[in-house]
Amino acid sequence: MTVLGGLCLWLAFLLGVWGALAGFVGGWQGRRDLQESARHAVFAMCATLFVAVAALEWALFQHDFNVEYVAAYTSRNLPIFYTWSALYAGQKGSLLFWATVLSLFGSLAMLLTARRHRALLPYVAGVVCTVATFFVSVMLFGQANPFHRLAYTPLDGNGLNPQLQNPGMVFHPPMLYLGYISITIPFAFAIAALLSKRLDADWLVAIRKWTLLSWLFLSIGICLGMWWAYVELGWGGYWAWDPVENASLLPWLTMTAFLHSVMIQEKRGMLKKWNLALIIGSWLLSIFGTFITRSGVISSVHSFTQSNVGYFFLFFLIAAATASFAVYANRLPLLEAEARLESMVSREASFLFNNLLFVGIAFSVLWGTLFPILSELVQGTKVTVGPPFFNQVNIPLGLALLGLTGIGPLIAWRRASISNLQRQFAAPVTVGVFTALVLLVGGMRDGYALMAIALGGFVVATVVQEFARGARARHRQYGEGHAVALGRLLARNRRRYGGYIVHTGIVILFIAFAGMAFKTETEATLRPGESAILKSPYGWTYTFTHLGVSQYDALNRQVTAATLEIARNGKRLGVLTTEKRQHVDGFGRPTFQPSTEVGIRSDLREDLYVVLAGLVNGTEQAVFRFTINPLVWWVWYGGMIVALGGLIVMWPGGGSPAVKRTQAGYAVRLVGEQ
Amino acid sequence: MTRRGFLAGTLGLLTVCPSNRLSAQSPDSLPGTGPSGKLWDPSRAGRPFDPVSAADNDAAIQAIEKQIHCTCGCNLDVYTCRTTDFTCGTSPAMHRRVVALAGQGKTAQQILDAFVQQNGVSILMAPPKRGFNLAGYFVPSLLIVAAGVILTLVLRRWSRAAQPAAPATFPAEVPASPHELERLRRELDQLSG
Repeated sequence: MTVLGGLCLWLAFLLGVWGALAGFVGGWQGRRDLQESARHAVFAMCATLFVAVAALEWALFQHDFNVEYVAAYTSRNLPIFYTWSALYAGQKGSLLFWATVLSLFGSLAMLLTARRHRALLPYVAGVVCTVATFFVSVMLFGQANPFHRLAYTPLDGNGLNPQLQNPGMVFHPPMLYLGYISITIPFAFAIAALLSKRLDADWLVAIRKWTLLSWLFLSIGICLGMWWAYVELGWGGYWAWDPVENASLLPWLTMTAFLHSVMIQEKRGMLKKWNLALIIGSWLLSIFGTFITRSGVISSVHSFTQSNVGYFFLFFLIAAATASFAVYANRLPLLEAEARLESMVSREASFLFNNLLFVGIAFSVLWGTLFPILSELVQGTKVTVGPPFFNQVNIPLGLALLGLTGIGPLIAWRRASISNLQRQFAAPVTVGVFTALVLLVGGMRDGYALMAIALGGFVVATVVQEFARGARARHRQYGEGHAVALGRLLARNRRRYGGYIVHTGIVILFIAFAGMAFKTETEATLRPGESAILKSPYGWTYTFTHLGVSQYDALNRQVTAATLEIARNGKRLGVLTTEKRQHVDGFGRPTFQPSTEVGIRSDLREDLYVVLAGLVNGTEQAVFRFTINPLVWWVWYGGMIVALGGLIVMWPGGGSPAVKRTQAGYAVRLVGEQ
Repeated sequence: MTRRGFLAGTLGLLTVCPSNRLSAQSPDSLPGTGPSGKLWDPSRAGRPFDPVSAADNDAAIQAIEKQIHCTCGCNLDVYTCRTTDFTCGTSPAMHRRVVALAGQGKTAQQILDAFVQQNGVSILMAPPKRGFNLAGYFVPSLLIVAAGVILTLVLRRWSRAAQPAAPATFPAEVPASPHELERLRRELDQLSG
C-alpha cells in the first residue's frame, strides 16, 4: 500500500502541474477543452490524494514500522482514536492532509459553482492545482515523503507525543487546517476575477461564502486549540501568544475585517481594492502561519512540527505574494469605487474604522511575532516577546474593537442624523454606563476588566435592541406573536441577525477573558489527610484535602493519580483526580518524559484547576498547584455561540429580496424602498 | 435470549468489569511505610520533588519570575515553566537563583538586572523599553493612530465632496403604478434567486 501511496503522490504532482497549466492557459485563451481538462485534473488529483491518505492510514493501522512516519508517531498500544489522528500529528502527514483537503475543497468549488461561475473556474482550477502541487512537491522534493521507508524495521514505534493524546487533538488540528486550507478557495476566486477581469458582483458572492466557511472553521479550530491548551498543557490558561497561536489568529483577523468590509462593497460598490487586498493578504498569512509552524525560525511550543521544509514555504510565500500583488496592481484601474462616502457619521465609516482596528491588531500581532528576528537583524540581539508585550499592545486595541462592535450596527447606512443617533444610542449607552457603575460600586478596580465588561454590556444592549425592534416591527406589520416574530426575523435575515449572534459570542469571550484578571493560585505540599485552603475571587473558601495516591496501568500508560476531596465553605463538593502519566510502548518501555494530567472541576462561575506537580521522595506526600480560574466555561460557550452565529449566517436561503438583489449585483433601488 | 437471561448476563458483566479493573491496579503505597507511605514505583511519577517553601508562594518572587524567560526552550516564563513542565530542571534552578538573590536583599529590578547581566536581554519576557525596542512597543500603536488620522481626513474629504452631489444620487420619482412596481420587484427577485 505504501508503494501505491508513493505512486499516488507522483501522479498527483503530475496531475497538479497539468491542471495548473491547463487552467491558466485555458482561461486565458478561452479554450473549452483545456478548461474542462483543468476541471477534471482537480477531481483526479483529489481522488489520487485520497488513495494516498488511505495508504498512509493503512500503514498506520497495520503498524508498518518500516515506514518512518508510522514508527515516529505511533506504537502498537496507541489507542485507535489517536492512530487515526497520527495522520496529521507530524510534518509529513499533515502536508499530505493539507494537499488532500485542498484538492477536495477545489473539487467542491468546481461542482457547486459550475453553472454560476463558469468563466472564473478555469483560473480557480489553476490556482488550486498550483497550491496543491506545491504541497505535494514539498513532500516529494523536501525530504517530507510520508511513505519513506527505513533501512530496518523497529519492533515498535515511538508512540504519539503525550500532549497530543487528548480528544482535542482529534478535532483541533483538522478544524484549524480546514480553516487555513479553505482560504485558498476565496483566494483562487479573487485571482480568477483579477485574471479574467470579471470584477463585477459575481466573484464577490463566491468569495464571501467561501470566506465565511473558512472563517467558521478557523474560529472553531482556534477555540478548540484554546480548550486543548487549557486541559492538556497544564499552565492554567488558554492563550499564551505563542507564535503558532498568533499565526492562526492573523488570517482570522483579516478575514473578519473582510466579512465586514464586503458589506460596504455589496451595498455601495465601494472598497473593491481593499476587499481584494484583504483576501489575498489572508491567504498569504495562512501560508506565513505554515512557515512559522514548520521552520522553527521563531521558537514555539509547537516545535514538534519543525524541519527544513519551512524554507520551501518562505520561497513559495515570496513568489506567491509577488505574483498576486503584481496581478492586483495591474487591475487596479478596474477596481474603482462606484460610490463615495456621504458622511463621516455612517455605517460605512464605522466599518472602515472597524477594519482599521482589525488590520491594526493583525499588524501588531505580526509585528510582535517577528520582532525577535527584527531585533536580531538591527541590534544583533534576539529579544523575547512574550505575553506581557502582547497584552500591553493588544488589550487596548481589542477593547476599542469591542466598542466598535456595538457602535457599527447602531449607525445608519449613508448618513445618520442626530435624532437617529440619539434614538439608537440612548439605551445601549445607559446599559454600558450602568454596568460600569455597578462594577465600580461592587469594588472592581481592574481597569481593563471593568472596561471589557461595561463595553460588553453596551454591545449586548445593542444586539437586544436590534432584535427587539425587528421583532416588534414584524409583530406590528404581520400581527405575529412576539416569539414567532423573533424566530422569523432571524430566519428571514440570517446574515444580519446571525451576525448579531456572533457579536454576542464575542462579547461573552471578552468578558470571559476579563475573568482571568482575577485568577488566584497557590502551591502546597500535602500528606494524605492534609488540606490546603484557597480563596476564590467570589469570596468563597475552598478546601482541598489530599486523599492519597494510586498507581495503576491503563492502555498505553502507567498512571500515578492523586485524589483530592474538595469543599466550598465547608460543604463537600466531591473528589477530583490529577495524574502523572508515563507513556510506554507495546513492550512496556517508557517512550516520553512523564506528563501531567490536570484535574478540573468547572461550573459557570469558576474552574478549580489542580495539577499534581510531583511527589516528595517517592512517597504519597504530593506537591500540588491549585488555581481558581473565573469564567473559563464562558470562553467555550462564547466560542460555541460564535460558531452558531457563523452557521446561521452561512445557512443557505434567507435574506430579504433587497439583500438578494444587492448580493446579485443589481444596483437598483425601488422608490420608497429603504 | 430471555429477559431474565439478558439481565443476568448484564449483571454478570457489570460485576466482572470493575473487578478486572481493580485487579489491574497496583498497591497504592507499601504497607508499614508511615503516614505518607512509599509509592510502589516512584519512577513512574517523574523526578522527585522538594516540599513547597514559603518563597514558592511569595507573590513578589512570582512577579519577578513571570518577567524572566526560562532558558530550557519551552518559551514560557520561569514561574509558568516551573509550575507546568515538571520534567524541566532549568526553571527550578532559575527559581532557586531568584530566591537566593531576594534573600540577599536585592530588589526586583536588581534581580532582573542580574539575570540580564548573565544571559543578555533575551532573558526578559518582554524587551526593555529603550533603544530599538521602543519601536516594538510603539510602532503598531503609532501606525494605527496615523492610519486613523489619515482615514479620518480622507473620509472627511470624501464626504464633503459627496455632499453637493448627494441629492443627484437619489432616484427621481418613477411614474409607475403599484402594480408595475410589484411586477418589477418580483422579476428582480427571480433574477437574484
